[in-house]
Amino acid sequence: MSRIASPPDLLRASGTEAADADSAPIGGRGPVARTGADVQWSRWIAPIAGVVLILLVPAILPIFYVTLLGYVGMATLVALGLVLLTGVSGQTSFGQASFVGLAAYATTILTSFCNAPPIAGLAAGLVLTGGVAWLLGLVTARLSGHFLALVSVAWGISFFALFGTIPQLHGFNGIGNIPPLRLGPFSAASLRVNLGVIWAAVAIVMAMSANLLDSRLGRAIRTLNNARLMGASVGIDTVRLSRTVFVIAALYAAIAGFLFAHFQRFVSPTPFSLGASIDYLFMVIIGGAGSLWGAPVGAALVVVLRDQFNDWIPRITGQAGNFESLVFALVVIVLLQRAPDGLLALLARLKRRPARRAETGADVPLEIPAAAAVAPGQELLALDAICRNFGGLAANRDVSFSVHAAEIVALIGPNGAGKTTLFNVISGMLPADSGRIRLFGAVAKRISPRRVAALGLARTFQHVKLLADRSVLENVALGAHLSGRAGLLRSMLRLDRAEEARLLSEARAQVIRAGLGDMLRVPAGDLPLGQQRVVEIARALCLRPRLLLLDEPAAGLRLAEKQRLAALLRQLRAEGMGVLLVEHDMDFVMQLADRVVVMDFGQKIAEGPPERVQSDPAVMEAYLGGVA
Amino acid sequence: MDWFVFLALLQDGITTGAIYLLLAIGLLIVFSVTRVIFVPQGDLLAFGTLTVAALQSGRLPGTLWLLDGVSAVALVASLFQGRRAALRGMLTWGLYPAAVTAAAWLLAPRELPAVSILLALAIVTPMGPLIWRFAFRPIANASVLALLILSMALHFVLIGLGLVFFGPEEASAPPITDASFDLGSLNVSGQSLAVLACCGVLVLGLRWFFGATIHGKALRAAASDRLGARLVGIDAAATGALAFGLASFIAALAGVLIGAVTPLSYDAGFDIGLKGFVAAIMGGLVSYPMAAAGAVLVGVLESLSSFWASAYREVIVFTLLIPVLVWLSVRSGSPEDRA
Repeated sequence: MSRIASPPDLLRASGTEAADADSAPIGGRGPVARTGADVQWSRWIAPIAGVVLILLVPAILPIFYVTLLGYVGMATLVALGLVLLTGVSGQTSFGQASFVGLAAYATTILTSFCNAPPIAGLAAGLVLTGGVAWLLGLVTARLSGHFLALVSVAWGISFFALFGTIPQLHGFNGIGNIPPLRLGPFSAASLRVNLGVIWAAVAIVMAMSANLLDSRLGRAIRTLNNARLMGASVGIDTVRLSRTVFVIAALYAAIAGFLFAHFQRFVSPTPFSLGASIDYLFMVIIGGAGSLWGAPVGAALVVVLRDQFNDWIPRITGQAGNFESLVFALVVIVLLQRAPDGLLALLARLKRRPARRAETGADVPLEIPAAAAVAPGQELLALDAICRNFGGLAANRDVSFSVHAAEIVALIGPNGAGKTTLFNVISGMLPADSGRIRLFGAVAKRISPRRVAALGLARTFQHVKLLADRSVLENVALGAHLSGRAGLLRSMLRLDRAEEARLLSEARAQVIRAGLGDMLRVPAGDLPLGQQRVVEIARALCLRPRLLLLDEPAAGLRLAEKQRLAALLRQLRAEGMGVLLVEHDMDFVMQLADRVVVMDFGQKIAEGPPERVQSDPAVMEAYLGGVA
Repeated sequence: MDWFVFLALLQDGITTGAIYLLLAIGLLIVFSVTRVIFVPQGDLLAFGTLTVAALQSGRLPGTLWLLDGVSAVALVASLFQGRRAALRGMLTWGLYPAAVTAAAWLLAPRELPAVSILLALAIVTPMGPLIWRFAFRPIANASVLALLILSMALHFVLIGLGLVFFGPEEASAPPITDASFDLGSLNVSGQSLAVLACCGVLVLGLRWFFGATIHGKALRAAASDRLGARLVGIDAAATGALAFGLASFIAALAGVLIGAVTPLSYDAGFDIGLKGFVAAIMGGLVSYPMAAAGAVLVGVLESLSSFWASAYREVIVFTLLIPVLVWLSVRSGSPEDRA
């Protein structure tokens, strides 16, 4: 790690170093590499065991447990959607039961009233629920967490009221005699067959969710939770993606609703109330919102506890209906207090599991794609009289300068001089109040961070923005988001593997190039702060930028690491990249920069080669408070 | 619908709107200080109404025993936390409930409205700090989501207790005044004016509290930056208890006021609290004047829609949120990263 790499060493990264970085777990962290045969075997154990269980269990179980397991399975489907929505992307919905209800009523109307086959009911339920969720998402996807949560309470109540008041739905008397599941000649009148169908659906949905999380889109979804700015800075359409996740969660609920109608063969508004929605959230929180397995665990726990309480408590107290939900709620409170991240997280803490062995794209030859060719000296960025105010404070006043290809420009100045604000303006995160930005020759008044990233500008953040519990490799691969094309279905069906291998291989190459080849699988949050900054740089390089904006890249690095970083930046310059960096380490700046721009109180006070700026009286005044 | 019916509905709407405003303020205080979305506030409101009603009929309410029981646990817990905490615990969780219980026992049989109202406020207000102490404080640093789920679970605990204490029947609070007068052909009820007056006094009082007292300023500091407030020595546990205390006082007061206009049952608080949320959302969870406008709008809309299409009343009120949200989301652009 601390080895100083000379530029030739860096160039050699594509050869031997890559190979040994991958096979040698460093510091006892990585899992011991398993042999090829082992891996082949274990890949098939889970699916085969799953199929056997799904065929066998429904056939031999007493009928009481068949019903109970059926409800657990359907609840698991809804909870899986909530894990994606709440645990992974950080949005909360108290309205999932109303999506279950929409699909249940859709299939009921089609199959009971119109004699359509159940498969048409499923399709109608999916289309209706997906459409409603899409519309709701259109409105709410821009809202932050608790807004969405409260709004979902509101529509949960609205839908429940509608189910109960629309006369054609027979109100709380409900609709009975719903035909059983049927596909061609096969009919599933037996609950046992239904149970098999339900758990097969659970297995498929769970596998698809796992595939999704382990893909380019999965990484992007994780940025929705607390790292939206970073997501936007690597080109992720965060608003659209949150809506997508929201629709996915609704579709899972719709599948559950369809199965529910044909399992129970009776629908009434009661199971689609706000209370039911809250139960689904209880499941996810109790099980553990951070992992897909939290869904079945939480669903089983909540369904079984409720059932047992309804059975036992009236016997103890002698009256029905008064204490069951009270006791259940108290249990939930105690569980939440003891394990706020869910039971799975609690178990994981007891027995720290080795990190999941993810693909690293190691089987694809390493190759760092060349950035788009740029002639040295060509102008990349030109600022013309940029002004930006916060209330009465002028963070930037009439700032003008430019950055060219194959040039390192340093932006320095005392704390509060407006450097980071200027970065945010350039990268599209803050609009300028006035002035013009010409980026790669095009003038834009207001340009989104996503568009900026697509044009070829990459940045790092002063306050590091990483997914702390994901590996270094996954974090860096986020930078390659825009060079992938695989959509939702391809990711869920695992048809994106070739592209995924390419992206990961590119990410791996950048990690190694940045000098963190030993750390590929370490959770990014476990690295020291200085190295986290280097991870951000590697992520930025994955965008194949023409212009790189670095906010205090050397802060927290040791001397040897700084020298390695300087070598990397020089190499990037030699390849034609333009670099604009904010930095407080003057030795680092002065040995590296071609040009230095000095800011103080929002204004540019000097610009020129390092040696001239160093002797500028205005600069000394700003830094030392006046020349004696 | 003629003009007079409209005016009467408007009067109703403004009165309930004032109640929603009170709840919105309580929610804003608790959320900004502790990040808890205080769902059970509505249930405390129902506790307020039902406690007054019980006292008015000469019975001692179950909420009194709840206060005594939970206070006793808090008292015992405080005994193990050093002498200062024990002393303070004996005052707050020993002497206070004992005094309230004694007062209720002596005064409840007289069935005086003013006394019942004061007693109900004294019984329900400590529930907020107790909820904070036992439910939220142990996981005060958990995610907003975990706190919200905990809030929901507490809501079920409180309605469960409400059913046990008060049964499923609806009950009313005594009106503060029976007076009414005619304005033209519109009959203006004194209770409506009393609700508005209480609401106004409370808002002014809070304004003074946050602007001029050290505790109020501590709450504001904790709301704007919790870590910073702790670094300058503001006790996070104490500000939390204060915020919850304010919210439960507001809820109890709102319950006493609205209970005289509409009879409530043990589970009616949630919907009312939710409309407080709607009002708070319309204010963007930030601005008090906007929340006030939102609250009155929700109240008036509810009252008008219950006249026209009472079956769809809830649907109409909650669907109203959507245009507001569209406007909010267009105005705010993409959400900032959440802390």
